[in-house]
Amino acid sequence: MIDLIGKRFKFFAFSVVLLLLCIIALATSGLKMGIDFSSGSLLSLSFNQEVAIEDVRQELANLGHGKAIVQVTGEGDFLIRTFAMDTGEKASLEVALETRFGEMAELSFENVEPVIARQTANNAIIAVVAASIGIMLYITWAFRRMPRPFRYGTCAIAALVHDVVVVVGLFAILGIPLNLEVNLMFITGVLAVIGYSVNDTVIVFDRIRENRLNHPNADFAGIVNKSLVETLTRSLNTGLTTVLVILALLLFIGSTIENFSIAMFIGVVTGIYSSIFTASALLVVWERREWKRLLPWVKD
Amino acid sequence: MRRKNVFTTLVILVIFILAALVIFPLGEGVLFSRGVELGLDLQGGLRLVYEADLSGVAEGSEEEILNGVVAVITNRINPLGVSEPQIEKQGDNRIIVSLPGLEITDVEKERIGRTALLEFRELKDTDNDGTREWVTATGEIDGEAKALNSSYFKDNTFVTVDDFNNILLIFEFNAEGAELSRQITTRLIGEQLGIFEGDEPMLGEDGRPIAPTVQSVISDRGQITGLSLNEATTLSQQLNAGRLPVPLEVIYEQTVSPTLGSDFVGLSLKAGTIGLLLVMLFMIAYYRIPGAVASLALIFYAAITLALFKLIPVTLTLAGIGGFILSIGMAVDANVLIFERIKEELQAGRTLGSAIEAGFSRAWSAIRDSNITTFIVCAILFWVGSSVAAGAPVQGFAVTLFLGVAVSMFTAIVVTRTILRLFIGSRLAGKKWLFSPFLGGNK
Repeated sequence: MIDLIGKRFKFFAFSVVLLLLCIIALATSGLKMGIDFSSGSLLSLSFNQEVAIEDVRQELANLGHGKAIVQVTGEGDFLIRTFAMDTGEKASLEVALETRFGEMAELSFENVEPVIARQTANNAIIAVVAASIGIMLYITWAFRRMPRPFRYGTCAIAALVHDVVVVVGLFAILGIPLNLEVNLMFITGVLAVIGYSVNDTVIVFDRIRENRLNHPNADFAGIVNKSLVETLTRSLNTGLTTVLVILALLLFIGSTIENFSIAMFIGVVTGIYSSIFTASALLVVWERREWKRLLPWVKD
Repeated sequence: MRRKNVFTTLVILVIFILAALVIFPLGEGVLFSRGVELGLDLQGGLRLVYEADLSGVAEGSEEEILNGVVAVITNRINPLGVSEPQIEKQGDNRIIVSLPGLEITDVEKERIGRTALLEFRELKDTDNDGTREWVTATGEIDGEAKALNSSYFKDNTFVTVDDFNNILLIFEFNAEGAELSRQITTRLIGEQLGIFEGDEPMLGEDGRPIAPTVQSVISDRGQITGLSLNEATTLSQQLNAGRLPVPLEVIYEQTVSPTLGSDFVGLSLKAGTIGLLLVMLFMIAYYRIPGAVASLALIFYAAITLALFKLIPVTLTLAGIGGFILSIGMAVDANVLIFERIKEELQAGRTLGSAIEAGFSRAWSAIRDSNITTFIVCAILFWVGSSVAAGAPVQGFAVTLFLGVAVSMFTAIVVTRTILRLFIGSRLAGKKWLFSPFLGGNK
């Protein structure tokens, strides 16, 4: 049988490095907020002829949109992000662009006024808090029959926090080259990851409980390792099928659900990792009181 | 037992056929005449969220006023010919308007939410600094200062063209309005009288504010010149029948052109099919016969879920399709859990029949527990989606993921078990390697 638990400190080291990387990325470059949360307009235009992006930027600056962010999305296609505009302001902007660059079509337009952005941000925070409480209640319930349910719950939550930090952190890192912004679909992805991460952990823990009942005198680390190996195929296979469909989403649809797919992709991969190497290994550390090795400054 | 299982198989087959008849063809369906409803992002269209300014409204009558606003907006939208317009209240002071499939000009868009309350203003040097600004023109009735606006118009305004081809919007004041107008125009002879809508001056066809110079005292009847025929006609209609009781402000807007949306229908169909095929391929390669059975169950699952989307009906958005495709990947989790258990039971030396039964019953608690977290998340996402203006995609995602996972619990367990039981006692049953991967080492 593979000895996964024996290598627990190596995995911890990996997790710590990964988490540090994510935290540094969040602290330095941070997350870019999309119009859902910071208000503003997103205008997608398609010109019938080739137009240089510099010219579009220049013209926008002339029209009072000096801070607009312009991206090329296709041949003659541009995505312009600027401050919140009402229909009238947008219409006059379009007229001005059309006068300068010739005929074009508006593919899409979204405008979020600050009042909406504030409410969306508030509700997103409430949702994350509510999800955390809901998951905590669920964990309490799921582990009610375990010995020392508190430990199981804490380790599951540690794995969960690990996953969320990795998703948000890697999103910040990937966001630099890919120009990703946090929007509602990203929050949706993070919440879906929370659900996914916990249920992965619960299934491993469920097996630990079962094996403990069947082998009451066996060494705990051995029981955890046996349970991990027994559930490993399931974790990997379910993870793989989920990753397959997310890849299909990412490659073929992209667009508005791109942020969701990216969050979910990172989350599923780290979710598998954390349920095996973080949550269960932490359980063993707790049982054996190895905090000293994990956190050298802690006294037993 | 045997007999019962054959019966269940038949029931499953019948459900499958019914589901297929509901789904196909996608446009209408043999059994169910309604097509799949597509959201804004898939068929294009317009979504607007208005916030009503209820500050001047008497307490207690807010709801009534808001209902009035909904009625007026509905009247304005009906002529646009949208097949399934949605106009609904959100919270205390918001109105959400969804017009899927509509291509609309910016001017038409602005007309939907216009107050259609015209106010007359005069130029006054209010700060005594030499510059004159537009201020509300008021008159006095019973010692009370009152603003002159179009609420004093009778409901009989009309548009006409004079001998010089000018377009005239003719209106008539009621008694109180006539008195106010008489006072104001008497005072303002030779001065300009501005016409404002909200805080914006009304613009004529030439793009300049309409602010005629008062030539003579106007009491009961007046006219507005300078509008285009189209604009004058709409305004006249709105003045007569569709004036909004309170001003509205657009706080969220989303417009998608139908051409952009139609691309996504094909792409999501492709993503769904490829996702489904990849998962099936993996399951068959890894789990062999049970994997093939799980793949059948997956097709069955997709059919039931799609049929439910049509029957409920669920408006499909890109995010909703994302939720459905994601649920395909998650739906096989139950089967994976079960098959892993079956493998263990077979390794322990059980016969195929008892291994299958034990596999299903032992995996149940894990299947139940693993879906609960998804349901919790769906419930929260549904709330977020229904409470924020831009939340339609999130709500769609929550609904389809929830339906998908719920249906998958049924198909992954009942359908897979029923079909697998058909193999018990068959010639294949002896070949355990067909039912589980990697049994060789443990023989």
